[in-house]
Amino acid sequence: MSVVTVQLGQCGNQVGQELFDVICSDARDVHRKTYSTVSCERFFRETTQGDLEARAVLIDMEPKVINHSMSKAAKSGRWRYGETSHFSQKQGSGNNWANGYCVHGPRHRDAVEELMRREVEHCDMLAGFIPIMSVAGGTGSGVGTFVTQCLRDIYPSSFVLNHLTWPYGTGEVIVQNYNSVLTLAHLYQLSDAILVHENDIVHKICSQLLKIKQISFSDINRVIAHQLGGVLQPTLTPASCGAYSRHPVGELMSALACHPEYKLLSVCTIPQMASSSIPFSTFSWPALLKHLRQMLISNSKMEGGIDWQVCPPPASAGRSRSLSAGSFNTSLANLLILRGKDVYSAETGGFEDSAIYTSWLPPDEALSLWKSPVPFNKYEKSATLVSNSQALLRPLDDMVRKAWNMFASRAYIHQYVKFGISEEDFLDSFTSLEQVISSYSELQ
Amino acid sequence: MTQSVVVQVGQCGNQVGCRFWDLALREHAHVNKRGLYDEALSSFFRNVDPRKSGGGACYVGGRIQHLKARAVLIDMEEGVVHGILQGPLREVFDSAQLLTDVSGSGNNWAVGNLTYGSAYRDSIVNKLRKAAEHCDCLQCFFLIHSMGGGTGSGLGTRVLSLLEEEFPDVCRIVTAMYPSAEDDVITSPYNSVLAMRELTEHADCVLPVENQSLVDIVNKISLMSHNAKPGCVLKKESTVTSGQGGVSPTERPFDAMNNIVANLLLNITSSSRFEGSLNMDLNEIAMNLVPFPRLHYLVPSLTPLYTLADVNIPTRRLDQMFSDAFSKEHQLIRADPKHSLYLACALMVRGNVQVSDLRRNIERLRPSLPFVSWNQEGWKTGLCSVPPVGHTHSLLALANNTCVKPTFMELRERFTKLYKKKAHLHHYLHIDGMEQSAFSESLSSLSALIEEYHHLDATKARLIPDAPRLSIAR
Repeated sequence: MSVVTVQLGQCGNQVGQELFDVICSDARDVHRKTYSTVSCERFFRETTQGDLEARAVLIDMEPKVINHSMSKAAKSGRWRYGETSHFSQKQGSGNNWANGYCVHGPRHRDAVEELMRREVEHCDMLAGFIPIMSVAGGTGSGVGTFVTQCLRDIYPSSFVLNHLTWPYGTGEVIVQNYNSVLTLAHLYQLSDAILVHENDIVHKICSQLLKIKQISFSDINRVIAHQLGGVLQPTLTPASCGAYSRHPVGELMSALACHPEYKLLSVCTIPQMASSSIPFSTFSWPALLKHLRQMLISNSKMEGGIDWQVCPPPASAGRSRSLSAGSFNTSLANLLILRGKDVYSAETGGFEDSAIYTSWLPPDEALSLWKSPVPFNKYEKSATLVSNSQALLRPLDDMVRKAWNMFASRAYIHQYVKFGISEEDFLDSFTSLEQVISSYSELQ
Repeated sequence: MTQSVVVQVGQCGNQVGCRFWDLALREHAHVNKRGLYDEALSSFFRNVDPRKSGGGACYVGGRIQHLKARAVLIDMEEGVVHGILQGPLREVFDSAQLLTDVSGSGNNWAVGNLTYGSAYRDSIVNKLRKAAEHCDCLQCFFLIHSMGGGTGSGLGTRVLSLLEEEFPDVCRIVTAMYPSAEDDVITSPYNSVLAMRELTEHADCVLPVENQSLVDIVNKISLMSHNAKPGCVLKKESTVTSGQGGVSPTERPFDAMNNIVANLLLNITSSSRFEGSLNMDLNEIAMNLVPFPRLHYLVPSLTPLYTLADVNIPTRRLDQMFSDAFSKEHQLIRADPKHSLYLACALMVRGNVQVSDLRRNIERLRPSLPFVSWNQEGWKTGLCSVPPVGHTHSLLALANNTCVKPTFMELRERFTKLYKKKAHLHHYLHIDGMEQSAFSESLSSLSALIEEYHHLDATKARLIPDAPRLSIAR
């Protein structure tokens, strides 16, 4: 079962290239033949000469990044992108969502759809689409939203899991909050689930856990790729009956996307450390899982500065949630993925505690557990938690607040109106996201 | 990859433009070791093989034959342009790209804008169109001219409105040289204010540069080179300090000042030409830095202006570069952005600088910089991996800041001083097409602009609460 990745814009193309790199090394270096085969089949196709070509479509409105990613892949010698799997233009979208969505998207619709069609035809069975993009710029966000819409139109019964990178809170692009609001509001209607990485968090992982001194975007992208790889590589699921699951995207959806108003997924991985430290560390499942559980409920997405004081409120207390009160993170559903030695003996009871979930689903349905005996990316034991919880509530609220403040003074609006987005469209997007914020705030 | 066309008008415009082409050639020669006509070169140059038929245009990827600048040179006097054509840059320009006349504009905006503007309208449009046709994907027009004279200011702004008419979708970035108070052209306030109105209405972005600031900076550099600590050697090949190593062998007065402006243009376009981990295209500059259509005056500052021979630059030096970008000595107009209100700020970094350095410095400097309430984190950042010649890294900051208000107010004062007495007015009014209303309208346009900045300034001291959010019925 194959996954088609769509890399959109500079961020999408850079992250995508690192992702395929991680997956390829993982698949190739491991000495488990079935795992390798499933992984390669899922993400690559084999050419007649035996080379691996990524099942990816690369889209950008200017050529530099795609060229760079393609040559970087080819230089690795282990895999590459298809020669004709990319589409680029000469001039970018100028950080303008409206330019991406209203102008570039429709203008190049046919060419892009053709590329998708060709890639899908190479798949024996399509597991789903994973568009990878950022929300701050113009192409990833605007063209990415448009392309997601096209995928929905042409392949209505396929799964679409959007991976989004949220920018630094202190700004990479001034209109990033507008672009983010417009993207999220639209994707909420189109996507099956939205998996989010925040640059701020990943940056902290790089500095505090991986101890990197001068952090570059490659470092950031590699961490994102590692975490994504931990989610997407083959596993044995309850439904797959003793073999590696053939429906990774579908099963992720049924595990986590249980309600149309709750689609935001966060990821955290444990352990994360400098690769030079790994040989000197020992890992035990009880310790890893205990830390991971506390990371989940105290909403710290990394294994440093975890607040051990946070604990689930007693079942008897009325749980009225407001954004400011309480730092306890309520989950709707969790997907726990364990990889490596002794997975079968790992004790995951801590995640089945009804206190950490809302009351709608019984904890044994709210928690899904996937396992793989194969160690992932040099870690003897590792756990990845994909969570549909309030973890993204605060960053989302901040984003909407800043965008709304800017909208109140109508700053930059003329730039969007120029390309076809009206103030009405902005208001609609704000309304949708306030709805999402409200829904997540009231989880109890 | 996109192309840009440079339109240089008037004496000042052409002299700055000339230095720009010199430095651009040098920058590309430094990077492009194999003599191939690559995408980066094609953004500013065409490759022409005179042996080929049909104009001889060559495509990207082949060897360099003859590079022709994507430029249009306009002057109503022959001296400067002819000087260029006799100098070492003569090969870079085609006679078809030039437009000259003999008698000059007599420091009279009306002569430049109306008399020559009408007489040469078709010719100008043709030359612009030709330059545009040579481009695969034209992204931006760079217009360079001074504000105080007659040709640059008058004909330059006419060209600006022609650009808007003929090429509405192409970005127009104007580098405008503002006269200092001690300017020797008496009518420069008239010319500047008349031109300002055109800039406010027809330009996408304006990069104002003041002669006095350039003089101060140049003096500072020569002071540095004389007081340099023992063991430190001022790098001679730096493109900022001198044109040495460029095509022209001798330095003329104003060259050092013009170099600074030329560097500004090089740095602004670096991310569109070279690759980096966070690209910043020209259309992104207008998008991010212009929150309201008329407030498009962006104060530039360039650092470092000099580099000493230390090769291994420790992080502290890097941080110093960021701090300097916000100090009033490095701004290209006489203004102090730190004490005014920032509407938006762009940082374009070149060289071996990573995102963590950028983030660290933004966090460090952020508390001391007042930003408008609705744009508290209003930073646009770009990282380009290719540094300028002679430096390991450099920083260009573009600030949309209310510190331009004093500059404009001073200009308005100088204008009013003359206008009250109707001094020299008759020189303008007897030009065909020039009415007195042009003066009063330009004055009100400038006043309205100052008012807009003033309103924003007033919000600086006040604590603005968050706008009340939409409430959702549950």
